[in-house]
Amino acid sequence: MTERRLIPRIAIRFILIVILLGLAPLNLYAQNSSTPDSQSKRIAALEQQAADAKSSADNAWMLTSSALVLMMTGPGLALFYGGLVRKKNVLGTMMQSFAMMAVITVLWAIVGYSLAFGAGNGFIGGFHNAFLRGVGLQPDVDYAATIPLQTFMIYQLMFAIITPALITGAFAERMKFSAMLLFLILWSLFVYDPMAHMVWGKGGLLNASLGGRFPTLDFAGGTVVHVSSGVSALVCALYLGKRLGYPKVAMPPHSVVLSFIGACLLWVGWFGFNAGSALAAGGLATSAFVATHFGAAAAAIGWSGAEWLRNGKPSALGTISGAVAGLVAITPAAGFVSPMSALVIGLIAGAFCFWMVTKVKLRFGYDDSLDAFGVHGAGGTIGALLTGIFASSVINPIFKDGNGNVLPSGLLEGNAHQLLNQCVGIAIAWVLAIVGTLILLKIVDKLVGLRVTDEQETQGLDLSQHGEEGYYWETSA
Amino acid sequence: MTKVEAIIQTSKLDAVKEALHEIGIEGMTVLEVRGHGRQKGHTEFYRGREYTVDLIPKIKIEMVLADDMVEKSVQAIVAAARTGKIGDGKIFLTRVDDAIRIRNDERGESAL
Repeated sequence: MTERRLIPRIAIRFILIVILLGLAPLNLYAQNSSTPDSQSKRIAALEQQAADAKSSADNAWMLTSSALVLMMTGPGLALFYGGLVRKKNVLGTMMQSFAMMAVITVLWAIVGYSLAFGAGNGFIGGFHNAFLRGVGLQPDVDYAATIPLQTFMIYQLMFAIITPALITGAFAERMKFSAMLLFLILWSLFVYDPMAHMVWGKGGLLNASLGGRFPTLDFAGGTVVHVSSGVSALVCALYLGKRLGYPKVAMPPHSVVLSFIGACLLWVGWFGFNAGSALAAGGLATSAFVATHFGAAAAAIGWSGAEWLRNGKPSALGTISGAVAGLVAITPAAGFVSPMSALVIGLIAGAFCFWMVTKVKLRFGYDDSLDAFGVHGAGGTIGALLTGIFASSVINPIFKDGNGNVLPSGLLEGNAHQLLNQCVGIAIAWVLAIVGTLILLKIVDKLVGLRVTDEQETQGLDLSQHGEEGYYWETSA
Repeated sequence: MTKVEAIIQTSKLDAVKEALHEIGIEGMTVLEVRGHGRQKGHTEFYRGREYTVDLIPKIKIEMVLADDMVEKSVQAIVAAARTGKIGDGKIFLTRVDDAIRIRNDERGESAL
């Protein structure tokens, strides 16, 4: 019995001690803050600490996102594309993605970043940040106020890497490695960098958050990444012509399993791509993350459902292709739309891209080998349009009037004009991609020639371009 | 001596192997092969493209047997591999001139 009485007594003593200890610093504070001067100093120090804490949190998320977006190219896209080709081309195809990780990085450091994000005119940046001059650890408030500018630079680099890598799906199994390198380096400089500058750069023509002439809503790169790469892919497929034997010879994917793993990595990496585009770790990132996931899920159902109705079976390749199509379409919209709108966008994109890939491609007979246009060009375009319809000022109050009052964002909120701006952004991306790609292909064709010889194509890119085989099974021990 | 070549459904390999063991056959060579006889292939769809797969995966069992074992083994294989549908496979019998055991130069039926 005595024990029972003891426990509350000990507890009360303990609480008293804690309270006294807790008051101790307050006492000190009371003595220290006797003068207003020291008080304001303390507040300033606290504010600094709060800002530092936010900066650390945002930077942690942005560095994580940067790594996630790199993972989309290697191994994500490399596996996705690598599985879709015949096995004699698996290394050649994966190398095309991996080469971008190396080459575009060097290009970005020398001049790419400066052309995309340096100060310039409405169409392209200048050379002020060439060799990353002035790109240090202090934030640039125009781009991202809470993270080091170098974090912003490396994050944007990952986008510059994956965009040309996406195009490689159109000319798979038949382009020379040297021609591919030269073409994509030039493409990055003359198509990607201007497009990124117009949509995201300071003074860019289409920049929605920094007061561009035609503010286009493109949260994470629907026009910059997917429309530009997808449309360029179509031009490549038309310019290079069909693979030997297409469409008579059967060219089924050599490993849907590799593509499956690649698609799953793309899905996960896309959280860095879209939620990272909030450039901070706050609520907007969450909103984009949720929309991204919902869009992918709905599109997987949209594509495989359409396939089930038409062919009688939902295929694994169709389901993963649908998820990727949904991720493409939600890219401009994430960060502007509600979770329910994301479901609708995904469902539409999945069914639409299924139709593009299975009907439209076969009707016109072009050999977009791995459907870079059917998924990225078509999905990116429909996504950018749907963003103009579903964008919500409740999710992201991006447009404000002179007094700071929030203006409506998309068509459903009554801003019909936004759909027009989206069309301007899409049109510029299409025109730049078509004209730029055509000119660059002509130049590279003249300089080194685009296609491998017929013998090399029959032999496969692995042996003819790299002197290796992807699958080399020695029979002896 | 006779060479027995049996082409069977892949799913029947275990049953045939067991049936052959039961009648006392100890050696065989098994190959994974592709081919077609009267059985038609199947169609596959990859992103809307339809492919007809007419070379179907099959299992081929090769054995060289003493003549008194041949009929027994043929009956064992037929009993174990038959489903009654097109695609069950075929058995081919060929005369063999000689056999040599590499380890010790034994020849003829004693080398089997």
